[in-house]
Amino acid sequence: MSSAVAYRLVVGTLPWLTIALLSMPVASGVLGALMPAFGWLPTLGGDHLSLSPWRQLVQVPGLVDMARLSLVTGLASAALALALVVLFLGSFLYTPLYRRIQRWLSPLLAVPHAAAAIGLAFLLAPSGWAARGLSPWLTGWAYPPGYAFPGDAWGLSLILGLVVKEVPFLLLMSLAALVQCQAGERLAVARSLGYRPLTAFLKGVMPGLYPLLRLPLYAVIAFATSTVDVAMILGPTTPSTLAVSVVGWLNDPVLSTRFMASAGAILQLLLTLTALLIWWSLERLVACASRGWYRDGRRQCGDRWLGGVAWLAMRTVLGLMMAGLAGLVLWSVAGYWPFPHFLPRSPTVHNWLNAADELIVPVWQTLSVALIATLVSVVLVLGSLEAETLRSRPLQPWVQVILYLPLLVPPVAFLFGLVMMQAQAGIRPGLGTVIVGHAVFVLPYVFLSLAESYRRLDPRWSQQARSLGAGPWRVFLGVRLPLLLAPIVTAAAVGFAVSIGQYLPTVLLGAGRVVTVTTEAVSLASGGDRRLTAIYALVQLLLPALGFLLAMRVPRYVFRRRRGLLPGAD
Amino acid sequence: MASLILDDLVIEQGQQRLLSLDTTIAPGEVLTIMGPSGVGKSTLLAFIAGFLSPAFRARGRVKLDEKRIDMLPAEQRHVGLLFQDPLLFPHLDVEGNLAFGMVREGSRQQRCARIHEALRSVGLETFAKRDPATLSGGQKARVALLRVLLSQPRAILLDEPFSKLDAGLRDEIRHWVFERVRHYRLPTLMVTHDEADARAAGGRIITFDDGCRVTS
Repeated sequence: MSSAVAYRLVVGTLPWLTIALLSMPVASGVLGALMPAFGWLPTLGGDHLSLSPWRQLVQVPGLVDMARLSLVTGLASAALALALVVLFLGSFLYTPLYRRIQRWLSPLLAVPHAAAAIGLAFLLAPSGWAARGLSPWLTGWAYPPGYAFPGDAWGLSLILGLVVKEVPFLLLMSLAALVQCQAGERLAVARSLGYRPLTAFLKGVMPGLYPLLRLPLYAVIAFATSTVDVAMILGPTTPSTLAVSVVGWLNDPVLSTRFMASAGAILQLLLTLTALLIWWSLERLVACASRGWYRDGRRQCGDRWLGGVAWLAMRTVLGLMMAGLAGLVLWSVAGYWPFPHFLPRSPTVHNWLNAADELIVPVWQTLSVALIATLVSVVLVLGSLEAETLRSRPLQPWVQVILYLPLLVPPVAFLFGLVMMQAQAGIRPGLGTVIVGHAVFVLPYVFLSLAESYRRLDPRWSQQARSLGAGPWRVFLGVRLPLLLAPIVTAAAVGFAVSIGQYLPTVLLGAGRVVTVTTEAVSLASGGDRRLTAIYALVQLLLPALGFLLAMRVPRYVFRRRRGLLPGAD
Repeated sequence: MASLILDDLVIEQGQQRLLSLDTTIAPGEVLTIMGPSGVGKSTLLAFIAGFLSPAFRARGRVKLDEKRIDMLPAEQRHVGLLFQDPLLFPHLDVEGNLAFGMVREGSRQQRCARIHEALRSVGLETFAKRDPATLSGGQKARVALLRVLLSQPRAILLDEPFSKLDAGLRDEIRHWVFERVRHYRLPTLMVTHDEADARAAGGRIITFDDGCRVTS
């Protein structure tokens, strides 16, 4: 077989493998949850179809509250995050502040959900850092006050935690989209016609930007309505959100509860669909309502004070995140730290030394899962993007949807079904199943982060190489790969961070046998040991940060004598 | 050396015919094609080199003497291509760029020696280990042509190769390139906007205007 044929074969196969990895677990997972939801699960004695799981589910006390909580927190956090991002971009696009924040986006995005949530919880809790900072001189509190945070019944702390993580994500997605919709030109035209910056952005750029943000936004809504780890740390407990309850039923020792849990998983799927439907209707409504607004010729709409709000809110969000993380560092080295002291009385390394032994296994398992899942994803993504350039044809719209499939279908719904399938097929849960589960979530992010650079690479590089006689493998390995090294390792770092942050796939597909720093951090967060929790949260945070550091340094080192490939080069 | 034969070439975009050409370029001859943007000049080069975008369709044959090459993959056509930009691979040094282009013949030392000889012939012998990004425009242009020549092409395509050079340098590089292709007796097809390029080439000039061939 000639090498060119081999190349076509490999590159022709990888996109289908990618599609299979993204769609099959989701599809079979949903199916695997659907059948027990209607009483069909032969291994547990369910051998006829019935509605009894649903009847049982409806009788769960507080079910309506759970569903409402999930729906409201999900939609509210997405709306708040979008509003903040839009106002911020509108008021500060291409200003020094924007560029400063842009530089912080990737590291902020690398902060795992659980670590951010734990940081926020420790910051704003009654005995948290914020209360200590204000006491007793301002508040007069000599003892921790009695307000409920985290876990207030309204889910406000959960909303706040979600917004803090969603804002950097939406901002990062906007960066590529802004280029794609020619925001700079649109803005310049509107500004030159006398529109104030924010109004120019809302009327001139948003109509082009929003369609490009739609899928990421839907992913945000799907995540927010169905998150488990963030809701376990910040959400209310009586009742908890639907997703958290479903996971609880799934782990119920009474096996028959699993039928009900399946019904709950399907209900979660319907709930997320409902949330998306509501958002979609609101989209229509806003589109209709603003039709006249676009052409009313008004050049400003409260630009100044909305800009101020955006500035304050963005500072608050980023400040909360940073302060939360700083607080984690303090807790991890705190010895005796009575309220309302702002700093621990006697800092100590003992907490770390004591935890070191127990950290080895989780860190090792975290790394092995993350590295393999990332490697698999990077290979599949490179293959898919090569196939795209080979056919010199952009992605079909349906492939785009498949790419977002694992981000749009609530993980609780399909992972749960996968566990059922796995049990029936006799596949032993362990590292292998966890790695596959992680890859399903890692792959879309690797793809999204790499695709833009890959498609932008000047095709003349390959043409030049081929006209010099280089075959397809040599063009790929000798030209495209080195030219794209920086974006590839960045995408790998993103994938690595995504894998480290995964909670639910690890717990469910590993059946408790795979222990990562994330699963440990989440389960510790509900306990009382703030010091140990902080240590796990910090380790969970440090691993992806290390990944991003390497991703930044490695290409710089490899190409240290190649000015044309260093950042800032044209 | 063989002649580059363009046998009844027609390039179309959808239903629209962009240009048609039927000619033979003798060894050492430089044929210049001129015309406004959008008449399909670069598309013609892309077709001959093997990179025709799926948006276009082409009919006809491209031959090197009797051997038909338009069915071959680009890397087996032995048609050297020089773009507007030198496109020296930024991850390789000057030597590495030349080695990338060079045909794999002889031992490593022999190949290395040939690279250094080639660099010496253009007065760049001390530049072997240099980062291409540190070269001047004229030096880059020279290395780019050396790289193509070391790949032992049987024909050369020039896509507005001098338009990005400084005016003072342009003339010098232009003459040097034409002198080289004549020296190696390579059939050469040049696409350009610049009448001075055409004059310096000293060969036939074909001007296209909206798909009609105007002068010859």
